[in-house]
Amino acid sequence: MMSTDFKGMDVVSIRDFSREQIEHVLRLAEKMVPIAKGEERSVMLEGRILGTVFYEPSTRTRLSFESAMSRLGGKCLGFGEPKVSSVAKGETLADTIRMIDSYCDAIVLRHTQEGAARLAGHFARKPVINAGDGAGQHPTQTMLDLFTIRKEKKKIEGNHVVIVGDLKYGRTVHSLSEALAMFGAELTFVAPPNLQIPKEHLKAIEAMGHKPKISSTLGEAIKDADVLYVTRIQKERFPDLAEYQKVAGTYRIDIPMLKDAKSDLIIMHPLPRVGEIAPEVDDTQYARYFEQAFNGVPVRMALLGLVLGGLK
Amino acid sequence: MKEFKVTPIRNGTVIDHISMGMALKVLKIIGVAEDVSSTVSVLMHVPSKKAGWKDIVKIEDRELDPKELDRIALISPNATINIIRDYNVAEKFVVEVPNIVKGVMKCSNPGCITNQNEPVEPEFVVESKKPITLRCVYCDRLTTDIAENIQ
Repeated sequence: MMSTDFKGMDVVSIRDFSREQIEHVLRLAEKMVPIAKGEERSVMLEGRILGTVFYEPSTRTRLSFESAMSRLGGKCLGFGEPKVSSVAKGETLADTIRMIDSYCDAIVLRHTQEGAARLAGHFARKPVINAGDGAGQHPTQTMLDLFTIRKEKKKIEGNHVVIVGDLKYGRTVHSLSEALAMFGAELTFVAPPNLQIPKEHLKAIEAMGHKPKISSTLGEAIKDADVLYVTRIQKERFPDLAEYQKVAGTYRIDIPMLKDAKSDLIIMHPLPRVGEIAPEVDDTQYARYFEQAFNGVPVRMALLGLVLGGLK
Repeated sequence: MKEFKVTPIRNGTVIDHISMGMALKVLKIIGVAEDVSSTVSVLMHVPSKKAGWKDIVKIEDRELDPKELDRIALISPNATINIIRDYNVAEKFVVEVPNIVKGVMKCSNPGCITNQNEPVEPEFVVESKKPITLRCVYCDRLTTDIAENIQ
């Protein structure tokens, strides 16, 4: 495969992409920004249909894919709630995918089970884009995170990225940290010991020649952070509610927490947030999570353009 | 005179040097249990010069396909295969860990799509042969406990 030939390709895992390929997507996404903002018009994907198949609730991912497709002149069909489809009657994912495959030109899939997107890719003739599979991969989120860091910091390499929250189960964290290591960022993982980054991901990062720092306290790590990437700590991971409240409180980002931060620190969050970042932080120079959510549109436009052959 | 607990076989396959306790899993892995029409002898906990203790499986009147037999390497990397013809060892080889494993075991991740009712065979890429580590093609989960997940 040519390194930048994406036509017909499935987008399942960030590991399927080389650094060169990701950089190509990020460069094209930059060009998509005026169209994503509605300042310019495009008919690049006119007449094309995107199937959006969501077995799990999603706000940003589904809407940003639909926005991306619409901004490029294409249309979307699908469901955001399996209860209204034949899935509720017990249809297999393989059958659902084969059927939708015949109705559209590309499929975006979010599913509760890990490996679902790879399976869908085996049964679909059209390209499948993984929009999150259980605790597995979410490659377009990783690409928009990389896009955000690159846009705000001009480059990814050399930046010290502190990732805090549920690093064990958080699906965005695993693919993001491996991709950041590939791009040469320095990493610090901050989490309570029971939610630290899994060993196999740490090994993969170390295999790329990095030595990430591991910590359970945030205060020190913030001081020399260029990027603070915050993720949600899920209540259901804690058997004891009091323990959850204690841990969640320790990692809550508020104004006093940021008193020693670098002036050009940026704070990111894949959203939704549930109290990890105090609302007063939204108005500081650090907050970038809403820009990050917007960046999902140009990045997904670039990917849709590439896999559907509208972009090269 | 040496006493044989199980007599030599005339024709068939002898799988020797099976890791202790793995004989029944070996039968399962090569699919012998379902369709035997001849005698299958299973010896467990046999003294071995090489490894202390071993298991042995003898399947009469069947020469097993070497490719099928390589699956045995997943749970018993030192196993040797002897093809017996007219009481003599006609062929002898050591099993080799294959690069791709399909349909032998299930994914150890209960959240993997292959553990649902989908029409696919679990498939793994062998990431490391020592110790044996398999990566699920679908969910990327690494598994080292192979015997536990044999289907």
